Amino acid sequence: METTERYKLNKELAQMLKGGVIMDVTTPEQAKIAEAAGACAVMALERIPADIRAAGGVSRMSDPQMIKGIQNAVSIPVMAKCRIGHFAEAQILQAIEIDYIDESEVLSPADDVYHIDKRQFKVPFVCGAKDLGEALRRINEGASMIRTKGEPGTGDIVQAVRHMRKMNSQIAEIVSMRTDELYEAAKKLEVPYDLVQYVHENHRLPVVNFAAGGVATPADAALMMQLGAEGVFVGSGIFKSGDPAKRAAAIVQATTNYNDADLVAKLSEGLGEAMVGINEQEIAILMAERGK
Amino acid sequence: MQVGVLAVQGAFAEHEHVLSELGVSCIELRNAGDLNKHYDSLILPGGESTVQGKLLRDSDMFDTIKSQIEGGMPVLATCAGLILLAQHIEGDDTVHLGTLPVTVKRNAYGRQLGSFHTVSELKGIGEVPMTFIRAPYVAEVTPDVDVLATVDDKIVAVKYGKQFALSFHPELDSDYRIHKAFIESI
Repeated sequence: METTERYKLNKELAQMLKGGVIMDVTTPEQAKIAEAAGACAVMALERIPADIRAAGGVSRMSDPQMIKGIQNAVSIPVMAKCRIGHFAEAQILQAIEIDYIDESEVLSPADDVYHIDKRQFKVPFVCGAKDLGEALRRINEGASMIRTKGEPGTGDIVQAVRHMRKMNSQIAEIVSMRTDELYEAAKKLEVPYDLVQYVHENHRLPVVNFAAGGVATPADAALMMQLGAEGVFVGSGIFKSGDPAKRAAAIVQATTNYNDADLVAKLSEGLGEAMVGINEQEIAILMAERGK
Repeated sequence: MQVGVLAVQGAFAEHEHVLSELGVSCIELRNAGDLNKHYDSLILPGGESTVQGKLLRDSDMFDTIKSQIEGGMPVLATCAGLILLAQHIEGDDTVHLGTLPVTVKRNAYGRQLGSFHTVSELKGIGEVPMTFIRAPYVAEVTPDVDVLATVDDKIVAVKYGKQFALSFHPELDSDYRIHKAFIESI
């Protein structure tokens, strides 16, 4: 029962983050800027996805000392990434009492078959998903929060939009089914029946679902929220831009007032240069294809 | 009767769900324009108090909500909401609404590994489920503050005039007695 209660508490922490913006930071100074700008949590990592993409090579969990520096700098929750399938990295992050682990396709996968058995951990996990099948498989493994994969480090929103729309249309399809059709749906999605049944009855995922990957402007945040995201991750979009503090604060306000176009228009004024970005046709590595 | 639920960030939908189960109507308060609508009580939900405090100021809601509470509008505050109401935050010079004469300790139970669920006595209601998520507790109160609940000798629920403030999240459990008592007190 202990694991069940812990899992409930972990899902509930994600509920507290709803309507908020989680920002990638690489130093305690950036973490403080993010917190002051209204981030509801920060993701501590050595290099933001755009730089990981530029540098190439194997990308791993960050130095625990660096993560601790960020934990000491802010009062909001601190998340950190481990490689897909790398349960030893996840054990380290749990040992330093991280608030959330992102088992992330942004880092080089450590296992090309198995994801981490997240039910063995006390700390919560967030995982990326391109569609409903991936989301429910990660939840079955113990993820207590889901985000779209998008395409990290590109500043291009197209993939996050694609993933969110796909998820929504698959949820709508499950909802519209007769109950006797759910078994076949579970088989096709390669997920357990009880999770499909949950989606059918509740018209949503069993956990909170954020948008991530390619969010660079207040308008991007408003777009994802209107498409049904419950909050937003911003990776490279903030600290790769001309005026990080101002852009971060604008994205925070746009995430709350995503339906207020007059306000989002005002927030979009004079933000300085956005991150340069890469179009999806120009990318060498599709991170979203890692871990299905 | 209509409840205004602060909806700038956090778990406001959960409060709205409880209210709808109780047959009470509510509106979301997201920006200054929403404060012109009619509501006769407030709910300040859980979430991140730093974010909510900033958004209250950035969207020009701060002064109106503060004066409504000072003017006696009933308010139910949970977790981050308690921090918004507190006059003092331990180890921090920040004051948000500052209408509740208590000192709170933020993240008082540590990081997420310290989050927990328990059942404990709440004055006037009885035993209720209590879910603490990276929760604060009340470290000090002035004598005119009514302490409603303690867990392990730490104050987790208080009442001061029409302000009810809790460290924990009744909106996350399916026991609606706290919301019901709040509504009945209006």
